[in-house]
Amino acid sequence: MSSQTVFGSLNSYEKGGVQVIDDDPKHYCFSNVFEVASKSRPYEKVAVGQNLKYVIEALRAEGNSPWFAADHDEAALVMDGEVEVHLIQPDQPLVPAGKEGSVRLAAEPKGKEMGWVKARRGHMALLPKGAAYQFRSAKPGVLLLQTIKGDCTVEKWGKICQTAAA
Amino acid sequence: MSTTLVIPGEAEVKSTKEVNRQGYQEFQIGQYRFTRDEYFAHIMYPGNRHIMQIDAFLRALMRDVAWGFFYGTVNFDTVFGTVNHYGTVEMFVGLFNEAYRKSNTHYVETFHSKDLKKTFEQILDAWTNEGFDPFAAPEETGEPFGVRHGNNTKAVQRQRVTARRMVGLPGDTPVRTDANGFTVNRQFADVVQDQPEIHANPGFENEVHAYNLFAYLSRSDVTWNPSVCSVVSDSLLCPTTEEYSLPIIHGNDRVEWFIQVSDEIFWEIDDKATGRPRAKVMMKAGDVAAMPADIRHRGFSPKRSMLIVWENNNDGLPAMHANGVLKPYPVEF
Repeated sequence: MSSQTVFGSLNSYEKGGVQVIDDDPKHYCFSNVFEVASKSRPYEKVAVGQNLKYVIEALRAEGNSPWFAADHDEAALVMDGEVEVHLIQPDQPLVPAGKEGSVRLAAEPKGKEMGWVKARRGHMALLPKGAAYQFRSAKPGVLLLQTIKGDCTVEKWGKICQTAAA
Repeated sequence: MSTTLVIPGEAEVKSTKEVNRQGYQEFQIGQYRFTRDEYFAHIMYPGNRHIMQIDAFLRALMRDVAWGFFYGTVNFDTVFGTVNHYGTVEMFVGLFNEAYRKSNTHYVETFHSKDLKKTFEQILDAWTNEGFDPFAAPEETGEPFGVRHGNNTKAVQRQRVTARRMVGLPGDTPVRTDANGFTVNRQFADVVQDQPEIHANPGFENEVHAYNLFAYLSRSDVTWNPSVCSVVSDSLLCPTTEEYSLPIIHGNDRVEWFIQVSDEIFWEIDDKATGRPRAKVMMKAGDVAAMPADIRHRGFSPKRSMLIVWENNNDGLPAMHANGVLKPYPVEF
């Protein structure tokens, strides 16, 4: 018998939860990336996971994002939709050496066009250290970003996480 | 009994050349002795014996070996297991069992990691019969029971995948394909195998990169084996495919996170030190949850599912949690 693999999407997801026996549900920081993205502004970088300075951010991909850059690698995983990632190698460094997290740029930087990637659900793209990048998505989608907490990271744990016993 | 014996030098490792009447070698390290018969593993320690079903023992042993004792505690069951101290390993009976501790009947020895790993590898190879793969889901493999017959050395010597930057980059761990022996798993036959469009301008072929992670996972030939697929400094995304139940009860020495990619997993959460139940966590596709540093967890996946385990590889974390510098949960809100 064949099995159907269930993925979530902005339009269709079910959420589980924490059933507490002897604990505080807030300790599990339980959320759902599709629910978070459904309530986010386009390209708002909402932390859904934090491990000291490292974060996993959920982004609602819709339209063209601002240009971003970071002084370290990042990884983007498409959880829903189709997203293009455009990359530029800037003529000048855009982020101070050692600065952590992604930086939002005022405009498209000057530099060499490195190329672009069209990614769909399940595809993971490299956002290389030092490169400027822009996401483009004709329809709403969802991205997960593996990165470091930075100026653009939005924390609203109390709004996205389960806070009471199920 | 609460003997804690630290072996400062080389641990004495012995294995019998002779086999028992079921055809199995016996192994000894420190004051532990391991034997098996048709159905069970017997773990002898000073003054007592612990017994485990051989299928459960081999599945747990496989993970402990493949993961290099992993992060923190690998409980084979509620009594026996190992604690990784990254260079040395404690092997224990009852150390994290409230009743054993209360009655002072727990037992611990410390070994150099390389010594215990070598012993575990020998046991795994010598006790795994032909047709049984301890990494596979039960429906996909034969049974481990009976008298000694053949071996499955190739299966038990699989290497855990650890990408240095990202899967598929030149010189990094390769993507999985039919051609390199990774076919799509029967329970992921409907997972789309398309690839991202990559338009790299000349000179940037090694930087403009993407791959299909879900297709990569659909071709995993093992279960409950987190493998590093992308790296941001000490932040490691370790996706894995899960089916049936996690063969160990993992007590982490740091916070780890789960991102449920497909289907669902039901987690039982117990207190790390005592084993008392604390919570149940039901995770469906898109759910994210932290596993605090003071719990142990065991997962149950009715259908093969995709899970991203997210780890912080900072080697200072165990001490910071042990000393109370860090709280056991990741965020206060």
